[in-house]
Amino acid sequence: MFLADVIGTVVSSVQIPILDGEKLLLLRPLTPEGRPRGTTRIGIDRAQAGEGDRVLVLDEGNGARQILGDPKGAVKTIVIGVVDYIETESVLRYDHRRSERSFGERSERSPA
Amino acid sequence: MYLARVTGRVVASTRYPGLEGVALQWIQPLDESGAAAGAEIVACAAVSSGPGDLVHFVDGREAALACPETFVPVDAAIIGFVEQAVAAGRDLAE
Repeated sequence: MFLADVIGTVVSSVQIPILDGEKLLLLRPLTPEGRPRGTTRIGIDRAQAGEGDRVLVLDEGNGARQILGDPKGAVKTIVIGVVDYIETESVLRYDHRRSERSFGERSERSPA
Repeated sequence: MYLARVTGRVVASTRYPGLEGVALQWIQPLDESGAAAGAEIVACAAVSSGPGDLVHFVDGREAALACPETFVPVDAAIIGFVEQAVAAGRDLAE
């Protein structure tokens, strides 16, 4: 699983049947500190996520097929959670409970 | 799953059994701004697509599951035609 920011949506009408009715999100993979990492992904939304959310993403076929209930589905990337906060080495790296702005100001005053 | 642009097509008349009739396309993976990200690859087309189309594709073992015969040696498959991909208010499909 990896962390990502939802940066947009993807609309596709001609697609493999297993994707019908699923919302597709454009994802920017991140390091725990929130820096971009790797290639832009597309994920199926199973966490009611939207643009601006930091999310947890599953990138493994068997788990994805289990979630969608189709043992032959050609799917791999699924958004499975919306992140509340992230802590590494006792430092708060991300906190959804505060606004992005106030969090940024706070971290400037107290260097992590 | 990734976003990509179809850049061309590959014709190979001698193939591994099970891949007969599967269209092969050159695709260029894209980043969130629509710029090229990494090397172009060949993908089999589970949905019909042609050069210039914006598509999404799956890589790894899952790619074979998108083909008519699911136990075949492929590692990338186009699984959808993208009509709209909005990032930061901009539609990459336009």
